[in-house]
Amino acid sequence: MYDVAVIGAGITGACIVRELSKYDLKTIVIEGSYDIANGATKANSGIVHAGYDAKEGTLKAKLNVLGNKMYKDLCSELNVPYKNNGSLVIAFDDEEMKTLDVLLKRGLKNGVEGLEIIDKNTLLSLEPNISDKAKGALYAKSAGIVSPYELAVALCENAYLNGAEFIFDAKVTNIVKEKEKFIISTSKGEIISNFLVNAAGINADEINKMLGGQKFSIIPRRGEYCLLDKSQGNIVNRVIFNTPTEKGKGILVTPTTHGNLLLGPNAHVIEDKLDISTTDFGLEEVIEGAKKSVKNINLREIITSFSGVRATPSTGDFIIDVPVRGAGNVAGIESPGLTSAPAIASMVLELLEKEGLSLNFKSDFKKGRILSKRFIDMNDDEKKIALEKDRRYGKIICRCEQITEGDIVNAINCPLGAKTVDGVKKRLRAGMGRCQGGFCMPRVVEILSRELKTEPENILKAESGSYILTGKTK
Amino acid sequence: MERDLVIIGGGPAGLAAAIEAKEKGIDDILIIERDKSLGGILNQCIHNGFGLHIFGEQLTGPEYADRFIKKALDLGIEYCLNTMVLNMSKDKTITVLNEKEGLFNIKAKAIICAMGCRERTRGALNIPGTRPSGVFTAGAAQRFINMEGYNVGKEVVILGSGDIGLIMARRMTLEGSKVKMVLEIMPYSTGLKRNIVQCLDDFDIPLKFNYTVVKIHGRERLEGVTIAKVDENRKPIAETFEYVKCDTLLLSVGLIPENELSREAGVEIDRVTSGPIVTEAMQTSIDGIFACGNVVHVHDLVDFVTMESRLAGRMAAKYIKGQLKKDEEVINTKGIDGIRYVVPHKINPENVEDNVNFFMRVDNVYKNVIIYAEHDGQVIYKAKKSMVSPGEMESIKIKKDVFQNIKSGEIKFGLRRA
Repeated sequence: MYDVAVIGAGITGACIVRELSKYDLKTIVIEGSYDIANGATKANSGIVHAGYDAKEGTLKAKLNVLGNKMYKDLCSELNVPYKNNGSLVIAFDDEEMKTLDVLLKRGLKNGVEGLEIIDKNTLLSLEPNISDKAKGALYAKSAGIVSPYELAVALCENAYLNGAEFIFDAKVTNIVKEKEKFIISTSKGEIISNFLVNAAGINADEINKMLGGQKFSIIPRRGEYCLLDKSQGNIVNRVIFNTPTEKGKGILVTPTTHGNLLLGPNAHVIEDKLDISTTDFGLEEVIEGAKKSVKNINLREIITSFSGVRATPSTGDFIIDVPVRGAGNVAGIESPGLTSAPAIASMVLELLEKEGLSLNFKSDFKKGRILSKRFIDMNDDEKKIALEKDRRYGKIICRCEQITEGDIVNAINCPLGAKTVDGVKKRLRAGMGRCQGGFCMPRVVEILSRELKTEPENILKAESGSYILTGKTK
Repeated sequence: MERDLVIIGGGPAGLAAAIEAKEKGIDDILIIERDKSLGGILNQCIHNGFGLHIFGEQLTGPEYADRFIKKALDLGIEYCLNTMVLNMSKDKTITVLNEKEGLFNIKAKAIICAMGCRERTRGALNIPGTRPSGVFTAGAAQRFINMEGYNVGKEVVILGSGDIGLIMARRMTLEGSKVKMVLEIMPYSTGLKRNIVQCLDDFDIPLKFNYTVVKIHGRERLEGVTIAKVDENRKPIAETFEYVKCDTLLLSVGLIPENELSREAGVEIDRVTSGPIVTEAMQTSIDGIFACGNVVHVHDLVDFVTMESRLAGRMAAKYIKGQLKKDEEVINTKGIDGIRYVVPHKINPENVEDNVNFFMRVDNVYKNVIIYAEHDGQVIYKAKKSMVSPGEMESIKIKKDVFQNIKSGEIKFGLRRA
C-alpha cells in the first residue's frame, strides 16, 4: 500500500519521484521496461533550452523557463554532467532574420534572460565553423546541455536513498479506482496506492484511458540522430539550431556533455510507437540539415546513429491535469520536456496537494546519489583511495571511455544498478566510444554474469529477448 | 620510473620489436599489454595459416604468438599484463594504470607504439534500422566463440569479406550455425584469396559481390536484414531489396589503426592509413617514438608485421645508443596511379640497412600490371604482376645502392599496364 505510485521512470517520472521523496510519503515507481530512462529520455538531444520557442502563455513556455533555471543546482547536487554553453539559432536570409526577431520578442515575453541577436562577424568569432552563408544568429546564453539518461538515473537514485521503491519490467495492464484507492494491475502483480501519477511517456494516453480521463492522444513522432567521435566534439562550442519553420525546430548540431558531437533530430510521425529504427533517408536528412549550418564536420567519424520517439500531445501543449480525483496526468512531454521536467515535478506536487496529498518535509532527507564517480573522473587523491579500496579500479575494461572493472562491478551491485549491457553503458559509458563495445562487450557480459550470478547466456543487451549468446560451443 | 625502451602492446608487433631490440643490446625493456596475456589478437585466431614467410610452415595464431612469447621470456624481457597506457606525451612520458601498481608514470628514452587496430562498427557504416542484440563485429564474435566458449547465433549473415569475417564464416559453420551468405559491397574481396577458398567455397557459403545490408530488423534480438545490390556508385538499387531472416549479423568491414595515444602525443597521422607517418626506421614524426604493425597500417599477414616490427626494434635500439641519424634531408614516398598508400613515408638513405621494404595497397583489382617506382622521372624499380588486389598487401624491396644517387625529392609508386 503506497501513498503515491508514479508510472514511468523517464526524466519526468524521475523528477517527480525525486521531488516526492523529499516528503514523508511511501512512493513507488512502476516502470514497464528493464531500466530507468529507456524511452525518449535515452534518445533525445540533451538540450536545456532557453525558452524562446514555445508561444507565450503555454505550459511549455512557462515550465521551460522555470526548468532551465533549476538545472545548474540540480545537476551539481546530483553530480550529473551539465554545461551552460549557450545556443545559437542561425539565420541564412532576411526572412530568417525576421524570424529571429520574433523569437527574441517571444523569449523576452516568456522571461528568458541573456538573449540577443548577433551579426555575422560576432557569430563567426564565437563559432568559426558556422557556414559562410550565415547572416546572423539569436544567441541564448542561458541554454545548455545535459546527459539526460544520467540525470534520470541520478534522480531515481536520490529518490531511492530517500525511501522510494522501484519495480521494473512491470507493464501496467489495468487500473481500477476503489474506495479512493487505485488498484494498479501490472505484469508483476497488483500495486495499491492512494495517489497516482501518469508519467508514462509515449503510453500516457493509454494510462489516461484506464483512468477514465478526458480523451487525448499521443502522436509518436520519431527523431533520428547521428553521434560522432570525440575528435569532432570541438567543431562547435554551443548548441547550433537552424531557424525554425512551420515544420519544427529543424536539425541541431551540438557537443555533448561527454565531448562527442551530436547531429539531429528530424521529426516524422510514425504508426508504431515502439518503432525506434533509423532510416536511410532520415539519416541523410539529419546529415544534410547539420551541414547546412555547420561546415567541416568529418562524417567519417560517425560512431553510431539512433532514434527516439517523442510523445507529441494532440492538444499542442503539455497535458498536466487531473483525469480522476487523486491522479495526475503528465502527458505529451515532448520538447522542451527535458528542460521543463524539474519544474513539471514542482507543479505536479502542487496538483497532488490540491487533490488531498499531505506533504510534510522529511527532516532526514539525504542528498546525493548512489553511484560513485567513475574512476576516470576522480582526482588523483580519489583515485588512490578507490584503488586502495578495490584494486579492480586499476583494470580498464572499456578502452575508449577508460572505464574500469571497479566502476562496472560497482554499477552492477549498487541499488538500482545495471542489469544489462545497456544498463552498464547508460551508467558508465562503457561501450559508448568509438569501438562501440567491440572490445569490451564480451568482458562486460562476463562481469555481469559473474556479479549477477547467472550464466552468460542469460545476460541481455537491454530488454527481455535481447539475448547475446546462444549457448556453449561444442 | 625510468626505462630505456617501452613497448605499448604485447601482440605480434610488440613482441617482435622487443626481441629484436633486446638482441641488439637494449636490456631495459618493458612491454605493456592491456589484455590478460601476451600475444594480442593472435590468441583468438585459432585457425592456421600463420608463419609461412617467417617460419616456412603453417601455424595457428596461438602457436605463432607462442614462439615469440617463449623467446621473449628466454631473453628475460619484462612485461606487465592487464595494464593500460592512458596517456603518452611528446617527451615520451606515459601514464599507466593497472591493478597491482595503480596509476604511475614511466619516462622512456624510446617508445615503440604497437597498439594494433580495432574493427569498424555498424555505426561507422551508418546502417539504418533498429538496434537489437545479435549485431557483432566479427572479432567480438571470434572472442566469444574461441576465448569464452560461447556461440553467438544460429542463422548468420556476414557483411564484408574481410579476413576475420571469412574465418568466422567457417568457424560458425563448424559450430553448427547456418551461415547464409557473405555480402561484399565492392566487386572484389577485401580478404585473402586463400580464405575465400578455404572458408567459403569449401563450405558452399555464397559470397555476393556488389551487395550490402540496407536495414536491420528486430526489436530485441536481430530478426533479419534487408540486403540490396549496389550500383557502380555503391548506392543500393531499390528493385533488388530482399529480406533475409537471421538472428546474427557479423561485420567484417575494415580495421582502423588505434592511434588515440599517438594523436594525443601529437604524432603526425597519414589520412589514408590512419596510422603514423613513419621513416625508414619506423620512427614517427616525434623523435624517439617508433611504431610498427597494424597501428601503422593494416597488414594482410602477420609475417609482414613481424618483419616490420623487427626493423622498428633494431632502429629503436640504434636510437637509444645514439646511432640513428637525424632526418635532415629525406626522400618522401607517395602512391599514385592505383597505389593507395606507401609505407614508409620518408627515407633517410643514411639509415638504410641493406634495402628498404616498401609496403603498399592498390585501390582496385588489376590484371597484368607493372608496379614501378620512379624518382625525378627515372624508373628506379619495376616488377610485373599477373594480378594485384586491395585485399593483399604488395611489398617491394629496393636495394641500398639505389639510394646512393638520390638524397631528396620524392619516390612515386604506381601501376601501369604491362
